[in-house]
This record gives sequence, C-alpha cells and structure tokens, in this order.
Amino acid sequence: MSTTGPRVAEASASPDGDGRTGSGGPRRLWTALDPTKVVYLALAAVIAIGWVLVALDGGAFLTTETIVGIQQRSAALGIVAVGQTLAILAGSLDLSVAYLISLSSLVAAEVMEAGSVPGGVAAVIGVSALVGLVNGLVITKLHVHAFIATLGVALIIKGVLDHLYDGPAGRVPESFQHLGYDRIGPIPVSALLWAAVAGVAWFLLAKSRYGYRVHAVGGDVEVARLSGIRTDRVVVVTHVLCSLCAGIAGLLLASRLGAGVPTVGTDGGYDLESIAAVVLGGTALAGGKGGVAGTVGGVLLLAVLDSVFNQLEVNSFFKDVVRGVVIVAAVALYARRRTS
Amino acid sequence: MKRNLPIFAVLLVLLAAIALANPFFLEPAGFLAFVKRAAPLVILAAGQYFVIVSGEFDLSVGSLVTAEVVIAARLIDGNEDATWPVLVLLIGFGLLVGLVNGAVTTLLRVPSFITTLGTMLILTGAVFLWTGGAPVGALSQAFRVFGRDTLWAVLILLAVGVAAALLMRADFGRTLVATGDNERAAALSGVRVNRVRILAFVLSGLAAAVAGILLGGFAGVSAQVGQGLEFSAITAVVLGGVVLGGGRGSVVAAMAGALTLEALFTLLNLYGISGALEFTVQGVIIIAAVAAGAVRLPRIFTPRKGDARVAS
Repeated sequence: MSTTGPRVAEASASPDGDGRTGSGGPRRLWTALDPTKVVYLALAAVIAIGWVLVALDGGAFLTTETIVGIQQRSAALGIVAVGQTLAILAGSLDLSVAYLISLSSLVAAEVMEAGSVPGGVAAVIGVSALVGLVNGLVITKLHVHAFIATLGVALIIKGVLDHLYDGPAGRVPESFQHLGYDRIGPIPVSALLWAAVAGVAWFLLAKSRYGYRVHAVGGDVEVARLSGIRTDRVVVVTHVLCSLCAGIAGLLLASRLGAGVPTVGTDGGYDLESIAAVVLGGTALAGGKGGVAGTVGGVLLLAVLDSVFNQLEVNSFFKDVVRGVVIVAAVALYARRRTS
Repeated sequence: MKRNLPIFAVLLVLLAAIALANPFFLEPAGFLAFVKRAAPLVILAAGQYFVIVSGEFDLSVGSLVTAEVVIAARLIDGNEDATWPVLVLLIGFGLLVGLVNGAVTTLLRVPSFITTLGTMLILTGAVFLWTGGAPVGALSQAFRVFGRDTLWAVLILLAVGVAAALLMRADFGRTLVATGDNERAAALSGVRVNRVRILAFVLSGLAAAVAGILLGGFAGVSAQVGQGLEFSAITAVVLGGVVLGGGRGSVVAAMAGALTLEALFTLLNLYGISGALEFTVQGVIIIAAVAAGAVRLPRIFTPRKGDARVAS
C-alpha cells in the first residue's frame, strides 16, 4: 500500500488539475493564481486598505501593539483551523471543536490546580485524543455522516459541561500563563505555538505518506480504497489530530484566562469560524484540495479585518456583516476561477 | 414508504412512553399542547428537508428565525394595526433571504454550507446593528395569537404539512429529489437544476419565516430565540431517514423526525433528565439513530464527486 498511496494522491491532489488555461492575458493570470496566492494577495490588500483608512482616521495601523494584537487574536483560531484543515482535506469536518476547546480549558485548569502543569497538559492531550478517536470511529465504523457524528459528539460534551460547571473553574498557575501573555520581541509565544502547529501539519501534509493519503481519501474515498489505502484509519488519525489541535487551543485559552471557562469555545464560535477560515484559505469544502498555508492566510485575513475594525471603532455587529460578505465573496471568487 | 417505517415506530414508542408517565398527554388538550410546542421545529424541518434532499445545507434558518422575531418586535412595537402589514413583510423577508441563499449557491457556485454560514453572520449582524445590540419594541396581541393559541398553531402546522407533502408529490418534488440524487443526470433529462435548488432555498426561507412568527408568539422576543435551531432542524431531518447529500428520504418522515426530537425532549423532562444532561442524551441518540439507519442500508452516503457542487 505504501507504493500506491502517493501515486493516487498525485492524481487527485494536483493543484491545477481542473484549472483550464484561458487564452487572454488577464484570464491566464487569473487562472494561474491558486487560492493560496489569492488569499495572501487579499491579505496584502486588506493591510494596505486598512493602513490608509486608519491613517485617514488619524491613527497608526502597523504599530508593534497592533501587530502583537493581530497575532494574539489569531493564535487560538489559527491552531483550531489547522486541525480543521486536516479534517476538511480528508473529506470530513469537525463541528465538535468549540465544545472540546471549552472542555480542554477546564481539564487543564482543574488538573493544574490540583497537580502539576505537565499533568494538565497530558490530561488535555489524552482527553482531546479520545474525543477525536470517538469522532473518527463513529464516522468510519458506524457510517455516520461527519456532520451528524461531530454534531452529536458536540452535544454530548455540551451536556457534560453544562451538568458539571456553572462558570469558570480551576486555576492555572502563573508559570503556565506565560504561554498566553509572554512575547519574544514583537512575536508572542502563542503565535510561535501556532506556527509550530502549522509547521507540523504542513510537514505531515506535504512530506509524509500520511499527507498523500489524506489528499487521496479527500479526493475520492473509493479510488483511495481501491488503491490500497486503509481509508478508515486515515480518517480516524485525521480526527485525532484535529481534536488535538482543539485541545492545544484550549490550553492556550486557559493560560490566557487563568482558569477554565465552559463557554470559551462557543463564545469564540470556533466551530463554524474555523471552517470559514479554512475555506477562505482556499481549501475545498468537499476535501482533497488545499493546504495549511492557505488556512494561515485565511485566519490572518480575518484577524487583520478585525484589527482594522477595532481601530476604526466600528460596531461589532457591522463586523459580523462584513465577515459574512468577505467569506462568501472569497469562495465565490475561487469557484469562478475553477469554472471559467 | 417502507424506508420511513422506523421513524414512525420510534415516534409511537416515544409518545406511548410519554403517555405512560403523564396520562394528561392522552387528552386532546395535552396532546395538542405538545403539537403546538413542536410546530416551529416541524415546520423548520419541512423547509430544511427541501434543501437537504436537493443536496444542500441551510445553516441560516436559526438566525433567520431570530431576525424575523426581532424585526417584528421593532416594527410592530405594540401597535395592533401594524400586525398584518408586518406579517406580510416577514414572509417576504423570509422568501428574499431564501432567494439570495439559492442564487449565491447555484449561480455563484459557492457551497451552500458557506453561503448560509455567511448569511447567518450577515443576518445576526445586520439585525442587531439595526436595533442597537438588543431586541427592542414589543409584539402585538394579534401577532402573538398564532404561536400562543393552540388552534392557530396546529392549523398552521397542518397546512404546512399538507402543502409540503403535496409539493413533493407534484413535479417539483420529483425534480427536486432527482437533482439531489444525481445533478448531472437530472440536468440532462431536462430539469432546470438551478431553478429547482433556488426554489428549495426559498421554501426553507419561507418555513423559517413561519416558524419565526410562531416562535415569536410562543416564546416571546429575545436575541436567542432562534439559536441552534438550524442544527435541530438538520438533526430532525436526518432522524427522519433523509440522507445528507441529497436524493433520498420523504418530507413526511422528516417532519416525523422533528416530532420525535420534540417527543424526546418532553420525555427527558418528564423523567427528570432536564437541563444539562439532556444534550448528552440527545447527542448519543442522534448518533445511535443515524448509525442504526446506516447499518441497515450500508453506504447510503456516498459523496458524488461528479457533481459540480460537491466538487467545488
């Protein structure tokens, strides 16, 4: 199976497999741009426009403070979105991440209050891996659609959280709070953590056999199976990795809040927002096409938009409207590129 | 029809269990009170069914319900004379949102998951931007009668149910299922695929508007009135044996799925598993029900990669 995996993947994961080359100059340029480049161009454009708008408003946009703010804001969502990228690439998706983040923050804070920091981290890793395993097994062995399976698991976690907790619980020691607040020069530790998670995911997807298999399974499960890939195993591993990312995000949020909070995941809207960020980054919702680099761009784009609006003191409801328009418009652009 | 039998059997068992624990449930008043409570979700499930069977999702219905109630409260503001014009406006708004969802999904080729997720963000943002962050105003008595009065609620539910069943028996229903089953084959046999899908979204928007009107009367004005309803509606439809990805399942079974979900909540309340753990039990049951359905009909969900919508 190890020799067939990569070959299948190449066929279904080829980034330009369906991009026809037009005859005209602008069209050729347009089709030559894959979504990952588009999202970074859009990011550059948003930064430029934001800089002009904030300058006209009488402020300074790219100060150390705002750059740190953008990184801080995007780190947690970024880590979840990296995991979500894996799930979506494999043709699945994970709606349970928001509640898992809340659960992880509570597990971390409770264990760290009672015991040690490494114990808390280990407990979170154990719990989130278990949730991912359940997600993956329900999808593959019970043949439940990922949407329903992860929604069901989300409800199960929500019930447990509501039953056990009324509000913030546990306490995170000072030493662990460095993760949330410290920075090295202009770069917060949380952003480094995000970069590390994204780097590992990028390496897995681009350089390992597992990555080829994920692309193959997301491209076409049947073809992947016929080529000798153990598709169920790939999906289960992917869900474990996705849940681990959510667990890491929960650790980060616990360190920032100093305690576990049962609503931290849902308040952040990490489930749907992470899916939106992944798709904004050019990964196809149906799986098989895309990557971590685009997702990082998508998360940064959302964070920069947020930062611009904050500096212009725009109403938060207006932010939601613009965010919705940006997400739909971006995906419409990618779709146009594919069919033109 | 044979495929629908399990959900009706489950529904009957649940209803019998409720009646055992609470004999009042067997009296017309008790049963109708249950139907009234279930009406908004059943109507939403019918609307969601049209979208799901055509191979799409509608995640915007929860926020659309909230938007409808908040708009109604602000525009009516306690003025009885405003009731009917506002009702017409609400229905029109629901149709419009559905039209936009459908047009963006089909003509701009945005996956419906993303389209309706965007609509969700835009709707909640725009409505609260308009009212300044929290619901303002009040509903009129004439407006609240639809959701509060058992007879009205049951009649509206019956009307929606019959209309949905008839619609699925008409040409529209057949073309809708054909589109969800195999888009390309449907298009080649002369179905105007885009038009059928847009109509499905419009019907979902209409259902959300009606459900919003009922919920406004039943539950009153709040910013959370529609929260999570999109997931409840999708769950109900899937419980009814309708397949995510489209092409299989009946609208009557989808509505029975919504009744089953509501009966489940009622039963959990009766047996004292109220509040928190209710969600856990709900999650387990949803997974178990769908898994049971999948075991009997192996591999019912296969993403059809040939479809343009799925491939995008």
